[in-house]
Amino acid sequence: MPKLPPGLSSKDFQEAIRQFEAAVGKQWVFTSDEDVALYRDSYSVFLGEPEEIVASAAVAPDTVEQVQKVMKIANTFKVAMFPISTGKNLGYGGSAPNLSGSVVLDLKRMNRVLEVDDKRHFALVEPGVSYFDLYRYVHERGLKVLLDLPDPGWGSPVGNSLDHGVGYSTGEMRDHFGSHCGMEVVLPNGELIRTGMGAVPNAKTWQDYRYGAGPYVDGMFSQSNFGVVTKMGFWLNPQPDAYLSGTVTVSKHQDLIPLVDTLNYLENSGITNGMPQLGSPVYGGPFAPPDPELGALIGKPGGATPAELEQYAARKGRAYWSCGLQFYGPEKVIAAQWEYAREKFSSIPGAKFEEGPSYKFPLTPDQIEKSHKVTVGVPDLSIFMIGARSPFNANPSHGHVWFSPIVPRTGQAILDAQKVFTDASRETGLPLLAGPAPLPSTYYKRAFIFIFGIMVSTDPAVNKRNREAFKRVIKIAAEKGLVEYRTPPAFQDDVVATYSFNNHSLLRFHEAIKDAIDPNGILAAGRYGIWPKGMRAKRA
Amino acid sequence: MIGSRIQRAVLLGSLAFAPAALAQTPTDAQLKKGQEVYQYWCWNCHGGGTGKPGTEALQAKYNGTRPADLEQRTDLAPAVIKTFVRKGVSIMPIFRKTEISDAELDALAVYLARNTKAKSGN
Repeated sequence: MPKLPPGLSSKDFQEAIRQFEAAVGKQWVFTSDEDVALYRDSYSVFLGEPEEIVASAAVAPDTVEQVQKVMKIANTFKVAMFPISTGKNLGYGGSAPNLSGSVVLDLKRMNRVLEVDDKRHFALVEPGVSYFDLYRYVHERGLKVLLDLPDPGWGSPVGNSLDHGVGYSTGEMRDHFGSHCGMEVVLPNGELIRTGMGAVPNAKTWQDYRYGAGPYVDGMFSQSNFGVVTKMGFWLNPQPDAYLSGTVTVSKHQDLIPLVDTLNYLENSGITNGMPQLGSPVYGGPFAPPDPELGALIGKPGGATPAELEQYAARKGRAYWSCGLQFYGPEKVIAAQWEYAREKFSSIPGAKFEEGPSYKFPLTPDQIEKSHKVTVGVPDLSIFMIGARSPFNANPSHGHVWFSPIVPRTGQAILDAQKVFTDASRETGLPLLAGPAPLPSTYYKRAFIFIFGIMVSTDPAVNKRNREAFKRVIKIAAEKGLVEYRTPPAFQDDVVATYSFNNHSLLRFHEAIKDAIDPNGILAAGRYGIWPKGMRAKRA
Repeated sequence: MIGSRIQRAVLLGSLAFAPAALAQTPTDAQLKKGQEVYQYWCWNCHGGGTGKPGTEALQAKYNGTRPADLEQRTDLAPAVIKTFVRKGVSIMPIFRKTEISDAELDALAVYLARNTKAKSGN
C-alpha cells in the first residue's frame, strides 16, 4: 500500500494530514493501514495484485466549509485527492481512487436531506445521502413523490447521477443526471460556486430552472475531476395514482425490429412512461441453465439459427421476444394507455399480451414485498443476487465489473450488437455472462445500454486475462461504433480513447479545462481519462 | 494486502466456532443500538422476505442446517461479524468507518451474537 501521495515528501504529507485533522477533526482523518484498507475497491479487478489502486489516507468532512478547507490545504501541499459520496459505485470503482496514493475525500458524513418539495417535486441533498435515506425521509413524512431509483439503493443520488446512473421509472427521471437541477460545487482551489439559479442570492428557483444565464456548466462536473459536488437538486416524479404493467410477446426472430420501433413510438410519445424491459423467453429464465435440447442447439458450431430457435420456441410454447411495459398515472388514463399500446403492438402478427401487476399508490407493505421494488419507488439490494451464491451458482464471485456499451434503440441494432459481443466473447475469451442473446439491461429514454457483468476472481491470472480481454472488447466494439457509457477506473483511459473524433479533440478540450481550473492537478487525477499535465504520459 | 481475502477465509474458519468472547452480558442499550444498525445497514441483504441476496446465499450455503436469516443465528461470534463488515466477503463489500463506526460495529456484533451461547473451554 502506498504511504504517500505521488510527488509528496513524507514531511509535507504529515503536515497536510495535521492540517486536515485541524480542519475536520482528528477522528475523521484515517491514516492507519487498517483504516485506509477500508477504502479499497471491494470489486477491484486487481484483487490481491500489486497494481491494485489504493489510497494513502482518507479525510471525511462534515460541511461544505470543511470541504473548502481541505481542498485549500490539498492545494498548498499538492496532495492528490479523490472525492467519493457514499463510495458504493461497485462495479465501477467503489470507494477507491483512480490514482494510487490519492487521499480519499469521503463525503459520506455529509448526509443531510436539505429539502423535499412535493408540490414542485424536487429534492435537494448532500452527497452522503443514499437512496435509502431519501426514501426514509419521504416515507416518514408522507410526501407525495415517487423516487426514481437505481440498483442497488445504497448509492447516492449525487454520486449515481454524476456517474450517469439510470433508474426504472419514467423516461425523464430514469436519466439521473438529466433530471438534476442545480449544483453546489467546491472547485479544486477551494472556491465555492452554485450553478443555475443557485448563483442568484435571492432566487427561489434553484431546483426549478436549470440554466440561469450564460453557459450551462453542470455537465462539466459529471464523470470528471473539475470540482467536488456538495449539494445537488433533483426533480422527482409526483406520486402517481396508480401503476400498471403489461407484457407483449412476439414469435419471430425478426419481430424484434417492429417491436422496438413500436416501443420507441409509444415511449417517445409519452404513451408508455415507465422503463421497458426486453426479454427473450425462447432462452428460458435468466438464471436457470438452458434445457438439454436448447443447450445442444445453441452449443453447436455457429450456434442456433433464428429458424431453429423459432421452431424450438414453437415446440415449447414459448415466445421469441418479450417487451415489458410500465405505466404510471391516473388509473383510467394508464388503462387507456395500455389499451392503445396493445393496439399499436397488434400490428405485429401473432403479438400476444399479458397484463402484469397493478397497484394504487401508496402500496401496502404486502404489495411492496411482492413487487419489483425499484419500479414502485422502494430501494432495495436484490440486484446483488448477481454473483451471489444461489441454487444456480455454487461458486459465488468476489464482485464484478460492468462492461456497459451504448446501443441504438432499434431492433436491428440489438441483433447487430448481439453478434458483435458474441463474436468478441468467443475471440477474446471474455465471459460476457448475459446469456446467448444479450439484450439491453438499462434503458435511457433514447438509448439502450447493454450491461455485461465480468466476475472478479481470487485467481490473479483469471483477472489479468479478463482485464486484457476487456480492453480488447472495448476496441472491437468501438470499431462498430459501440462504446461504453461508464466504466471502472482500470478501463477509463481505454474507453475515453474510443471517443476519438478529430484526433481526440474532446479529450484535449477536457484537458484544457483541467489545466485552467486545477493547475496543480490535485483532484481525481485520471478520472475518465483526464490526467493532469504532468501525468498524461501515464495514459494508455 | 496480497491474498487478504484468502487470509480472511482462514481467519473466519478459525473464529466461527469460538464464541468465548461472549463473556459479557449485553446491555439493552447495546442491543437496541445494534438492532438499529442492523436494520439500517444489513437487513436489506440479510433480513427475511424475498429478494435478500445475503439470506438467499446463506440458505444455499447451509441448506437449512443453520438459519439463513442472520438475526436468527445462534452461532455467530462478534469477531466474525466484525471481520465480515470490515473485510467483506464474496459480493458483500467492505464497510468504512464513516458508514458503520467502531462503536456501531461493536453494538451490531453484540446484537447478532446475542443468541450465541459461550462454550466452555474455547
